[in-house]
Amino acid sequence: MKNNEKLLEVRDLRVSFFTHAGEVKAVDGISYDLGEHEVMGIVGESGSGKSVEAYSIIGLLQNPGRVIGGSVKFMGEDVLAYSEEQKREFRGNKVSMIFQNPMTCLNPVYTIGNQLMEALLCHNKDVTRKAAYDRAVEMLELVGINNARKRMRQYPHEFSGGMRQRAMIAMALICSPKLLIADEPTTALDVTIQAQILELMKDIQRKTGMSIIFITHNLGVVAEICDRVSVMYAGHIVEQGNVNDIFYRPKHPYTEGLLRSMPRVDTKERERLIPIEGTPVDLLNPPKGCPFAPRCEKCLRVCLEHKPPFLQVGEDAHGSACWLHVKEMKEAGE
Amino acid sequence: MKKLIEVEHLRKYFRIKLGTLKYGSIQAVEDVSFFIYVGETLGIVGESGCGKTTMGRTLLRLYNPTSGRIVYDGTPIYDSEKKISVPMLPYRKKMQIIFQDPSASLDPRMTVGEIVGEALSVHRPDLKGKEYRERINEMLDTVGLNSEHANRFPHEFSGGQQQRVGIARALAVEPEFIVCDEPISALDVSIQSQVVNMLEDLQQEKHLTYLFIAHDISVVRHISNRIGVMYLGQMVELAESYELCSQPMHPYTKSLLSAVPLPDPQKTRAKKRLILEGDVPSPLNPPTGCRFHTRCPYATEECSQRAPVWKEYAPGHFAACHALEGQ
Repeated sequence: MKNNEKLLEVRDLRVSFFTHAGEVKAVDGISYDLGEHEVMGIVGESGSGKSVEAYSIIGLLQNPGRVIGGSVKFMGEDVLAYSEEQKREFRGNKVSMIFQNPMTCLNPVYTIGNQLMEALLCHNKDVTRKAAYDRAVEMLELVGINNARKRMRQYPHEFSGGMRQRAMIAMALICSPKLLIADEPTTALDVTIQAQILELMKDIQRKTGMSIIFITHNLGVVAEICDRVSVMYAGHIVEQGNVNDIFYRPKHPYTEGLLRSMPRVDTKERERLIPIEGTPVDLLNPPKGCPFAPRCEKCLRVCLEHKPPFLQVGEDAHGSACWLHVKEMKEAGE
Repeated sequence: MKKLIEVEHLRKYFRIKLGTLKYGSIQAVEDVSFFIYVGETLGIVGESGCGKTTMGRTLLRLYNPTSGRIVYDGTPIYDSEKKISVPMLPYRKKMQIIFQDPSASLDPRMTVGEIVGEALSVHRPDLKGKEYRERINEMLDTVGLNSEHANRFPHEFSGGQQQRVGIARALAVEPEFIVCDEPISALDVSIQSQVVNMLEDLQQEKHLTYLFIAHDISVVRHISNRIGVMYLGQMVELAESYELCSQPMHPYTKSLLSAVPLPDPQKTRAKKRLILEGDVPSPLNPPTGCRFHTRCPYATEECSQRAPVWKEYAPGHFAACHALEGQ
């Protein structure tokens, strides 16, 4: 951790969706800390609960989803206990979010300028329209949009994909939040545009010192931008640590498997990929023990019966939830 | 080595309506020439809208080409100059396609058995009753599903399994050549490698030739023998895959490679990047001269006036760039 000041403290958060088919435990007891100025990556496949977790922090969870346990503390305050009014104050002002598909998040019938100013005017009653306009132009320039004054008058459809994502970032940052949640911000973009946006986010993070929770399934993007990484699988955090530990010294079989299964551009030989066998978990009928056990090649008998404990496995808060660590520790102890 | 497919100066324009009595044409594929050897995998990479999917489909004549020449196994199947345009039905048995989005490309009202068997009933009318069913089961078996799955509907499967059904459907008629149009981009990371490995095994077993289209250069590099890079409807570079990734010639290929984030924190942060400015121009109104000149860091006066020539600069290494012509 760069700084010991804790900005966000998530403890044993549980989120379930109550559907006709039964309860789906989308997030099943996750805990982590996020320091100030820190970029935390949350990696996982679709359905691993990474977005749901973020939505519940910012209070955007929709029916039939409900937080059923745990706590989320933002600068010491319990976010989950907020009233609607407090939530509105919290969202946008202290925490804001950018989404995967900028086109669906921008209102097509309002100009970009209008939407940018709205974000500011809603949260700060004492800002004049003139000041809001100037601030919006300044934000557009910050995110690298040329001709900002002309762009203010344009509609979202007049922007290209990359430009829209820039506008979204400008809108998210206009109230200078302490925390930005980025939910797959580059997934819908092409690689060359993705590189531009990542560069921009790194740059802004350096300038403003905000913290970022970066949700993605792309390990390359994580390696690029994050300080710490949480790997999620079926609603659990299976491994957590700083970026070097996760990529060079992974402990959990799922993290190892993911890293091994990725084709890379920087290898010399054409090697055969080593896939993770099996199919993703059906969250309606999750396995009784470790959720990864049915696909794990190192599966023990205990894995099928009991959930593994989350253990400290290395320096710098490197933790992993796997029965193998328990076995190793026992063997080392003997 | 024998060439299975040869494409010369292929063009595909789409006519679109711009207003009342006003039409324009989208130049989706503009003057593309290449060939594919028997048994190899040719990868095609490019950003969205660069025409890679259109090219794949035009090659199979799912779209009718605007002009150019397509030769399959020595026989021209399309030639705009000589006015050749053969009926495709016999060729459908030899050339197949795997689509990008497995859930959208499978009919939700047909069972998996019917989907896989549909092409068989057209191309193999000799297979009846038990033989027909056995053939379907055999196909499902090849892609790692089993005969029980034949009576289920596509929505009962996960994304990875649906893609397997798509592959079984393509393989049912025993084709020689398959266009894989982004077969893994809709799948989860841990499933992608399963499908890639399966495609590689099937190629070995059945001596298939692939045209592998994707936007992810690391996957394309892994599976392909040679790679072609497309930008705004044109092929800008084509070479053996290791050579293309280690010694790219065209500035666009260079920037594409440098933009890929590596799953290795120290390497990816130390990497020198060639970040392109701006966005891809519209294919409705492409730039004059070299189509890349609006974003190219090395663009000169000449680039905006004259289109570069597609030339072989090293054995098997083709590119189109003015900077290379000067050398």
